[in-house]
Amino acid sequence: MKHTISVLVENHYGAFNRVATMFSGKGFNIHSISIGETEIPEISRMTIVTEGEDKIIEQVVKQLNRLIDTIKVIDLTGQYRIERELALITVFYQKGTRIEITNISNIFRGNVVDINNKTITLEITGPPDKIDAVINVLEPYGIKEMARSGTVALKRGEQLKQDKKESVL
Amino acid sequence: MKTPNSKMTGAEIFFESLKKEKVEYIFGYPGGAVLKLYEKLYDINYLKHILVRHEQGATHMAEGYAKATGKVGVVLVTSGPGATNTVTGIADAYMDSVPIVVFTGQVATHLIGNDAFQEADIVGITRPITKHNFLVRDVAELAMTIKKAFYIASTGRPGPVLVDLPKDVINAVSDFEYPEKIELRGYKPTFLGHQNQIKKAAEMLKKAKRPLLYVGGGVIMSNGERELRLFAKENNLPVTMTLQGLGAFPGNDSQSLGMLGMHGTYWANQAVNNCDVLFSLGARFDDRVTGKIDSFATKAYKIHVDIDPTCIDKNIIVDLPIVGDVKHVLAELAVEMDQTPDFSDWWKQINIWREECPLTYEKNDGKLRCEYIIEKISEKTKGEAVIISDVGQHQMWISQYYKFVNPRSHITSGGLGTMGFSLPASIGVSFGIKDRPIISISGDGGFQMNIQELITAVYYKLPIKFFIINNSFLGMVRQWQELFHAEKYSFTDLSESNPDFLKVGQAFGLKSFSTNSPNNVDEILDKALAYNDGPVLVEFKVVKEDMVFPIIPAGQTVNEIMTKRLDPKEMV
Repeated sequence: MKHTISVLVENHYGAFNRVATMFSGKGFNIHSISIGETEIPEISRMTIVTEGEDKIIEQVVKQLNRLIDTIKVIDLTGQYRIERELALITVFYQKGTRIEITNISNIFRGNVVDINNKTITLEITGPPDKIDAVINVLEPYGIKEMARSGTVALKRGEQLKQDKKESVL
Repeated sequence: MKTPNSKMTGAEIFFESLKKEKVEYIFGYPGGAVLKLYEKLYDINYLKHILVRHEQGATHMAEGYAKATGKVGVVLVTSGPGATNTVTGIADAYMDSVPIVVFTGQVATHLIGNDAFQEADIVGITRPITKHNFLVRDVAELAMTIKKAFYIASTGRPGPVLVDLPKDVINAVSDFEYPEKIELRGYKPTFLGHQNQIKKAAEMLKKAKRPLLYVGGGVIMSNGERELRLFAKENNLPVTMTLQGLGAFPGNDSQSLGMLGMHGTYWANQAVNNCDVLFSLGARFDDRVTGKIDSFATKAYKIHVDIDPTCIDKNIIVDLPIVGDVKHVLAELAVEMDQTPDFSDWWKQINIWREECPLTYEKNDGKLRCEYIIEKISEKTKGEAVIISDVGQHQMWISQYYKFVNPRSHITSGGLGTMGFSLPASIGVSFGIKDRPIISISGDGGFQMNIQELITAVYYKLPIKFFIINNSFLGMVRQWQELFHAEKYSFTDLSESNPDFLKVGQAFGLKSFSTNSPNNVDEILDKALAYNDGPVLVEFKVVKEDMVFPIIPAGQTVNEIMTKRLDPKEMV
């Protein structure tokens, strides 16, 4: 089963590498990994999507906690959460299909961010399964190239209030 | 004398910080990137620098010192090859949770990444084998980083920490103030066990009919041997120990079942297999202990005390985890136990197993055997020596035949299984321990892996007994080749290629003996144990083809235990 794990780490040299090294050293899967600053500049948030049996996920969480640079580890799976991913997708168009592609983009609330005489680039944001759906629909037109940001996720607000542990920071 | 807060160079800050950490010894080797530190070291008298012959030796010495004393072992080496040579020792310390701090020189910060002379990304290389590591980029952070390094290495589940020191950082100048306390928001080891869990463990133990204590190195690291002895004695509990746990409970006590696992005693493994409560203390259910996971202690309710949460449910799913310091958990648990239980049926069964399949070896053919030598050493030292074993057959025979009565007396490379560990580790032990005999026992293979450190022992006149169990084979590998690899003795026969160990000892300046007869063992051991003006080397030429029994083949169960070499006639 896929798990989305949010990890707060010290925002300094090597912290990201420590997490990545741990995953490869222990043979854990990484579907996606993203990292960026939080509201506190010296802390970064990593969002890791991983997959494994419950026993493995338990070890993943423990091993993450064990790293000195990790401040907090939250398995968001099964919790009320917001998950978003951004994809840039460049698609080939022919005469007549350009409008179809922009329509698809509109249906998925995407933006056209670039165009030339052969290709059109869309920016799509949403939960990972929505991105999968867009890709699925665009594939017949011919995808030239694509970049996905990996998932970022947060707990939903009301949950934050209920869970006092969240206030450690 | 400089007062605190005055300006100091990085080198001065370095040594002032070590002084604050009460470091007695540094095991090190100079080189280009650490010249400034060695310049300062020249005038320092509050700590002693031990010059090694190879940086791997330095890390094992630091490990030996740390394991025997419980203090942090310290290593200082230069950049590049100096740093990479420490890798095996660091990995060894990581696997066996040994508190060491390794300081490596590094090229100046502006050269990092430029493939500079003697540059290696040692922080990157050692990331997966250290508890934590640091690259100090600013001299203003040096004192705090050293404080953190010692704190992280020695608390929680101990382990190695590496601090990389660029040349320009050591040369730079800064204010010095050593922090009294530190707070790491990402590192807060759980020390006290959960009260309710401890109460529940006590309830389960009270209900038990066939309990067993399974004791690992964590008991020794937490200095919990006294609590363990009291707890086991008051509740009449059988105790089995892991390789690293030996010494936590006296091996000569009737309640000791000896070691469990692959080369453990038959009765200890039967007890694991048949107990109804398995109480694990500071042990990690390693594959050499469990064998086949699905068949391990299937009848038992499993309680697991460990300071490292990642150890719990890693290999074996347990029924009751207690995260905390073993010493404290045991002390609290003792309060909860109020009745003296009756385990006479259980003890009767254990003693039947003891008699069914005792530890034995051939004694009547006049040939010299490792088991005999270990038994003799155990007898002569009353189990009170510090034995530093290497890796292989002799290591297992030590675990079976030496009756350790004290903790921190069995120093061995368990997790990583590093051949060449014993010789340098014993040197580290010898600096830390002055009141007990220090005996390094290696095979002929492992002895040659860090043989260069013999001169370190000679130079510092350390009273170490270097015993070589020479069977002219890489014995444990040979044993597996015989049992599991079609008797293809591929590159394990050293009889044509071993040096003359007696001459080696003499060349290094050691008092040296060699024998191949059991009749000489008494006399030689007496001489070796009586000589304390420097190291002694004894080569014991033992029979070539002995095997360690019992053995549970890897990944199997106690039912597949082999207790003796099969007679070819019995093999169909």
